[in-house]
Amino acid sequence: MPHLILVYLAAFLFCTGLLIVVIKRNAIMVLLGIELMFNAANLNLVAFNRINGPNLDGHIFALFVIIIAVCEAAVGLALILRIYRYYQSSTPDQFSELKG
Amino acid sequence: MSFVDAIFLFFAGLSAMAAIAIVFSKNVFRSALWLLVCLLSLAGLYVLSTAEFLAVAQILIYAGGILVILLFGIMLTTRISGKPLVVEHRHILSGALTAVALFVLLSLYLPGLTVEKNMLSPEPVSTLGLQLFSQYSLVFEIAGVLLLVALIGAAVIASELKSKT
Repeated sequence: MPHLILVYLAAFLFCTGLLIVVIKRNAIMVLLGIELMFNAANLNLVAFNRINGPNLDGHIFALFVIIIAVCEAAVGLALILRIYRYYQSSTPDQFSELKG
Repeated sequence: MSFVDAIFLFFAGLSAMAAIAIVFSKNVFRSALWLLVCLLSLAGLYVLSTAEFLAVAQILIYAGGILVILLFGIMLTTRISGKPLVVEHRHILSGALTAVALFVLLSLYLPGLTVEKNMLSPEPVSTLGLQLFSQYSLVFEIAGVLLLVALIGAAVIASELKSKT
């Protein structure tokens, strides 16, 4: 019973993260939605690790997901700061050219 | 319903509510704070699923690291633009349709899942440490190098150096 709740919660959080990524007009909010989706994946890994028995592969994989999320957040925010300085704007729709 | 089940349901509901609050909040700063609530309640769920180390890592890295970086970015960008932090929504209908469709599609398959009896390891943290430094030691080292590269890359990207090549 609690596992099914965890899996449903993970699905819900993933869909909410997707919704945030689609509807928000701010690059930082898009990053925030991506973090929520990472967390949903981690929740799934923890929930399904119980099937796997005594070894903890799911937890280790979730740990590496957290590490990748840190890298993604750091590089993403650096890019967003740089783009803000150039465009003076936060809407991802307006970032239409690569060469600054 | 036992006490543990009640706490479990409380944390699950709190994280779902915080996620919904992020969607409806138009203030970026408040959304980040709701994300903090969501992350901390997920850490509580990890503790109840006997993933204590992951819960501590969640609190230290996510709530302490990533969220601080996000708040830092929010403050810096508002100082540059000088505008209030109100975020408009766009593509509401299509976004909601996508999310609801994905959720329905996922939940069609979820009730068929059968989780077998709990085969928990007797000492989760020490098992995790042994596995991390024996079976997954190469992955661990590569993750460290990746963190270093990402840190240097972020510093170079965000720096003010005029490297017009």
